[in-house]
Amino acid sequence: MSACHGRPDSVALAAPSAAGAPPRLVALIGPPNSGKTTLFNRLTGLRQKVANFPGVTVEHHIGKAHLPGHHAVDIIDLPGIYSLNPRSEDEQVTHDVLTGAMPGLRRPDGVILVLDSTNLQRHLPLAAAVLSLRLPTLVVLNMADDLRQRGGAVDTEALANQLGAPVVLVSAATGEGVKSLAQFLTGGIAVPRVVELPVLQDVPACRQWARDISRQARYTHPAPPVWTRRLDGVFLHPLLGPLVFALVVAAVFQSIFSWARPLMDGVQAAVAVSGAGMRAVLPDGWLESLVVDGAWSGVGAVVVFLPQILLLFLFIVLLEDSGYLARAALIADRTMARVGLQGKSFIPLLSAYACAVPAIMATRTIENRRDRIATILIAPFMTCSARLPVYTLIIAAFIPERPFVGGLLGTRAAALLGLYLLGFLAAIGTARLLKSSVLRSERTPFVLEMPPYRMPTLTSIGLRLWDRALAFLKRAGTVILGVAILLWILASVPTIDGQQPPIEQSLAGTLGRAIEPLIEPLGFNWKIGIGLITSLAAREVIVGTLGTIYGMDPDHNSAGLQAALQKELTFGGAVALLVFFAFAMQCMSTLAVVRRETGGWKWPAIQFFYMGALAYVCAWIAHALLS
Amino acid sequence: MQLSFKAASRKRTPACLADLPAGSEAVIDRLDLPGDLAARLMELGFIPGHRVSAARSAPGGDPRVFRVDGAEIALRRETARHIVVRNN
Ligand SMILES: Nc1nc2c(ncn2[C@@H]2O[C@H](COP(=O)(O)OP(=O)(O)OP(=O)(O)O)[C@@H](O)[C@H]2O)c(=O)[nH]1
Ligand SMILES: [Mg+2]
Repeated sequence: MSACHGRPDSVALAAPSAAGAPPRLVALIGPPNSGKTTLFNRLTGLRQKVANFPGVTVEHHIGKAHLPGHHAVDIIDLPGIYSLNPRSEDEQVTHDVLTGAMPGLRRPDGVILVLDSTNLQRHLPLAAAVLSLRLPTLVVLNMADDLRQRGGAVDTEALANQLGAPVVLVSAATGEGVKSLAQFLTGGIAVPRVVELPVLQDVPACRQWARDISRQARYTHPAPPVWTRRLDGVFLHPLLGPLVFALVVAAVFQSIFSWARPLMDGVQAAVAVSGAGMRAVLPDGWLESLVVDGAWSGVGAVVVFLPQILLLFLFIVLLEDSGYLARAALIADRTMARVGLQGKSFIPLLSAYACAVPAIMATRTIENRRDRIATILIAPFMTCSARLPVYTLIIAAFIPERPFVGGLLGTRAAALLGLYLLGFLAAIGTARLLKSSVLRSERTPFVLEMPPYRMPTLTSIGLRLWDRALAFLKRAGTVILGVAILLWILASVPTIDGQQPPIEQSLAGTLGRAIEPLIEPLGFNWKIGIGLITSLAAREVIVGTLGTIYGMDPDHNSAGLQAALQKELTFGGAVALLVFFAFAMQCMSTLAVVRRETGGWKWPAIQFFYMGALAYVCAWIAHALLS
Repeated sequence: MQLSFKAASRKRTPACLADLPAGSEAVIDRLDLPGDLAARLMELGFIPGHRVSAARSAPGGDPRVFRVDGAEIALRRETARHIVVRNN
């Protein structure tokens, strides 16, 4: 155990042994972006989100570390903190867990303090604060690979001596040295030896202390990250920066349309073949209709979009893992300042391109409460991945493909980009409205640490896409399948002479017609109306619903969804539908998380009605103008 | 008022971090900022007596990235204006 230098000369706690006793609980503490979650995932085998910017983890997660030959240990992953004085909701979580104030969670039995070894002098002051808690502590210096590669070094034994607690040098990313944590996790863990600590409130004194002990630990500061400097020379260049950005955005949208196409065609063919296969096997009658026309056409219509959604996620993962996201926040700060927010709000907004739910959680890093609420309220305007199937389907049906902007973008990709911009402008406009009225506040300062750029690894990209694909398929197999079956039932009753009724006379048809007067001014008929109702469960459900409705309608079921839509909607109606989806709040999970994060129904109710009204009015205008 | 940093330091009038030209270095003298923000900035490395250098900025020139203790921190001009620096 050369890497672990414990000096347990105070009372050692008994190792967890007695059967029935709760497992030992150990918390991961450290500054933001020091690699806590990477270490957590390695210890527990879980796959919590890791990315290269400060403030990724915003709530606590518990996992079990299974160490061969030992009882399992519970590990808690926590949001990053700079000191023990919480300034934002995520830091409050860490504070509450450490002090035992988190409801339903006892105070941890021990702490693993994760510091970035390439930033030791800046991160060591937190050690003073954590050691003063007098909890058994192991100090982990992470990023050993990076430290060595940039020519830095540290004497862990000398540092352990200075701190009175064991110190290990590991690389959570490569796994190097992680085995040495087992001794701390399962052995008799000890309260740190009493060493002289600086007054915690005196930041300069803490920093001087950090300097002194890192000198005694013969710490060699690593050379500056060369590649980070070079890349910033391009990405933050006054001319090249914006140019590269524009090219990347164009490439993203073009590729979502063109690169994903062959894969989508493949999935579509597979769905069609398997549907035909089922039809051949199943006896004619209601069961065949339920399985093939109801469930399979509903689920299949949505599953087709999996390749496209994965491609979008690939770009988001690259953005987050490389470290470019923090630069994007830097660049966006001026625009955000103009509407009364700051660059930090841009990070949740960008992750809302994947899904608004984690984005709303991510607003916990925003210190000012009014800024935070404003960001929560505008996040659902950002085009989440659930809107993508709806947009693609309608664009492909109504907009002919032609080269555009000198061949850089096709018309379809440009239309998609336009819809993303529309959502962004609605978000910005709403922020301005809120920040100049009900959520007005003093300008809040923008302070953000720029992480070094890191090369995303193939495994981390692969695993995140895999998890995303599973989540998507799970949704298709639960919500979308459920709605498809329910819809099939509603569309099959009341039976006429023991036969399925024509769809407009079924219960579903009656419901759709009931709301038809309301949506007719927007250019939507009752079939679209049924889709709008079901899309309240989740936006992409409308695609499944239309799949089911047209699957059951003998006039349409051969022609395919696109052709069916072309018959159902005028061009004006199609644009109105796009605008409606861009603005309307059709997502129960988002409303639920907004309620939880804002602590009541007031803000989600305001959000629902505001977005709904905006969607209705703008869709009406679009339809009126275009027809 | 756009006093160049060099001119300012020659006259020994205090200069602020916001006026530090890209690529040059200075020593932080004091932070004329509200206590909470000053504490946060000090936790991040903006400590009186420590060296700071100016790196790249967002395309419009604001906010800017500063280097302290090997880390890069972005601040707006309006914040950097209240950080007083000296030449050595
Ligand atoms: N080179 C290297 N990179 C690492 C190592 N550990 C983590 N990283 C990278 O550092 C970044 C931050 O990792 P996270 O695990 O998300 O950090 P965190 O401490 O949980 O961050 P917050 O949740 O924001 O507080 C990611 O890009 C990781 O891939 C390591 O040992 N070596
Ligand atoms: Mg984390």
